This record gives sequence, structure tokens and C-alpha cells, in this order.
Amino acid sequence: MYAFTYHRPKSVADAVSLLGQFEDPKLLGGGQTLLPTLKQRLARPSDLIDLGQIPELQGIREEAGGLTVGAFTRHAEVAHSDVVKRVIPALASLAEGIGDRQVRNMGTLGGSICNADPSADYPAAVVALKATVRTDRREIAGDDFFTGMFETALEPGEIVTAVHFQKPDKAAYAKFRNPASRYAIVGVFVAVFGSEVRVAVTGAGPSVFRADDMETALSQDFRADALNGASVSAAGLNADIHASADYRAHLVRVMARRAVEACG
Amino acid sequence: MPCTVSMTVNGKAVSREVEERTLLVTFLRDQIGLTGTHVSCDTSQCGACVVHVDGRSVKSCTMLAAQADGAAVTTIEGLAAADGTLHPMQAAFREHHGLQCGFCTPGMVMSAVDLVTANPSPSEHEVREGLEGNICRCTGYHNIVKAVMAGAEAMQGGTMKAAAE
Repeated sequence: MYAFTYHRPKSVADAVSLLGQFEDPKLLGGGQTLLPTLKQRLARPSDLIDLGQIPELQGIREEAGGLTVGAFTRHAEVAHSDVVKRVIPALASLAEGIGDRQVRNMGTLGGSICNADPSADYPAAVVALKATVRTDRREIAGDDFFTGMFETALEPGEIVTAVHFQKPDKAAYAKFRNPASRYAIVGVFVAVFGSEVRVAVTGAGPSVFRADDMETALSQDFRADALNGASVSAAGLNADIHASADYRAHLVRVMARRAVEACG
Repeated sequence: MPCTVSMTVNGKAVSREVEERTLLVTFLRDQIGLTGTHVSCDTSQCGACVVHVDGRSVKSCTMLAAQADGAAVTTIEGLAAADGTLHPMQAAFREHHGLQCGFCTPGMVMSAVDLVTANPSPSEHEVREGLEGNICRCTGYHNIVKAVMAGAEAMQGGTMKAAAE
């Protein structure tokens, strides 16, 4: 790891001010991606700004027809939260499936979505649950937040403070995970809001996306078999040693079926 | 630039001046001299470095010492009683031969204690799931799982059954 200067601000305002002061600062959430990256010398920030001691970034509360989760809320807290289990159980179960127990004890919601790993789980929930990403200066619709592989709509120096998830009528997340890393090879989050069905796919493409044909099919007939005629094209999907693009396209339908079945 | 990091390790207050990039595991091993916490993969996969920070199990190779400033840390050295009596989970690992080479054992035991604290009577499936972050290169999982099940019972105050094999 290259040397850096470490900061531990006590408020979002202080963190924003620190971000503006240095040449190449990085925000530190739970560090479960950033620290391994630094250890491999794949990044060389001048300063690390640790967000772990900022009370306003923490906590889970029921709010305006959904849940607001602070950016520094750890995966384990979401997974075990009684409020999350009651209001959006699919979100608790998604969090319970991230990484392993020790990663969940450190990793944070904000860190996950700001890193925007194409195989991360949370982006599927942000998009499917019509979330709003709140930052120190504005609100960003979940549909607009993820802009590409490891890319988000955030401006330089902008800090995510919380995410508001809307409460669906029913929802489920089904994931085909890499057995070693436990990242999603393909993860599909299905959420039903009245007559609207949202199907968000992570792991398959460079960034989370909505499967339009599947949404149309399911909004007409919410059964797993309704997906028989709807498919996702393999063109542009990720291909690596774990799965080809064709296999990922196949898995999208299988995971979507499982998610629909899990919705009950 | 050096920074001062202070925390409680196994109930004892410690404070050291370290480089800001110092990992918690390096702090514990090189600064405090507690080498029971092992470094193995160093890429957050294997769990040999698991310690408890404020009661939560974490991989100390993927946390800065500075992030643990002000925290209460427990390492494998902090589990046994002052008179040397093993923690029930340690005793269960010995009784059920939950180790072969022993390198992964400190992390396995620390993860197991955290797991059982949160879920006092885990099923075998829950134990296997709860130990996903710990890798045993000898692949001795069968006895590790048996040890954790027995340790869970013993932590609840039950008497440990003698190993059947």
C-alpha cells in the first residue's frame, strides 16, 4: 500500500470540505473493496477520508412509504434490521447474501453503490425499488444513478448520505453467485408496485439494467411462465472465466423466474 | 505521516504511533506482539486474520488500525480465561480435532464465537454458511463444523459430548 494521509471527519460538512482540499482524495466506507485495491497498489490516493464516525450517515428508518438507509449503514445491519425485515424483507435478504459474514460486518450501502461494481448486489435493489439516492447537495433517481461500469452520476466531491427505497407490494432477489467471491454472476431483483413490475439485473452487464421485455410480460401476467417468451440478448453482456455472455443471458431468465416464484 | 492509534486489545488499553497505512493485523502482530492472528491470503478471502472489533468479527487484513482507533478489539489470545482455561469454543476444537495444520484455526475460532453469539443454536447448515469467510487449506471442514456445533452447545452451558471419532 502506498502512503496516504488519513482523516476521520465528524460531519458530512467536514468531509465535503476535506474532499475539496486535497489533490486526489478518496472516501473510505467499510473499505472492503478500497483497502484490497490499495494493497494491490491499483490506486494511489493522496488522502483517505474515513466516513465511519459521522452519525448523520448511519441508521435505518421507516419513512414516506419506504425505508431510508444511511450511506454508512453496514450490510449486516440491513440484514438483521427488524424494520427492514418488516417493510422490505427482500432488501434484508439481499444484504444477507453479500460476501461473507466478516465482509457484511464492515461493508456499507454507500460504499457498494458508489463503487458501482457490475457484480454488486445493491445496485439491483436501488433500481428495482425505485430508490432515491440522497447526497450532500441533491437527490438522484435510482434509475439515473448508475451510468456504467464502476461509473455513477456523482460529481467530484459529492457524498452520498442515504438511500430511500420505496416499499413494494412484493419483491424478491435471486442471485447466481460466484462460489468463491460470492459476487453476483447474475442477480435479478423483481419488485411489484401496483400494476407496475420492475426487473433489475446486476452482474450480467457492465452496469445494472432493467429487463424491459420481462417487465412487460410480468405486468400482464405475474407468473414465472410468463417469462418463457421474454429473453435478454447476450449482446453486450459480460463474459469472463466464470460465465460467457450467452450463459449470463440464460441465467437472467432463470434468476428472474426464481425471483418471481419467491414473490409468492 | 505517523499517527497515534489507541484501542483496547483483550481488555488492555494500548497506544502506538504508526504509519497511517498500517493494517489492523500488522498493528496487532508487529506493534502489540499478538501473533495468534494470522496473515494468510492477504486478499480478504481466507479469514485467518479474523478478530472481533466492538464485538463484530472482521478481517483484520482489510481494516486500517486507524479505523479501529477507540475500539475494543479481541484476538484469539483474549478468549481463554486468565488461568489458562480454554474458551468453550477452543476446547471444542481440541476435543473434536477441528484442525489439521492449525493455521486457519485462530480465525475459525473467532468467526465461530461471533456466529454462536449471534445465533446460539445454529444448524449445521448455518454453521457452514457462517464460516464462508474462513478457508481451511487442509479442507478439514467436517471436524471444524462438528467442533462449532459442540462449542455452541458448550457456550450455552451444556456439557460437551466426547468426540465419537
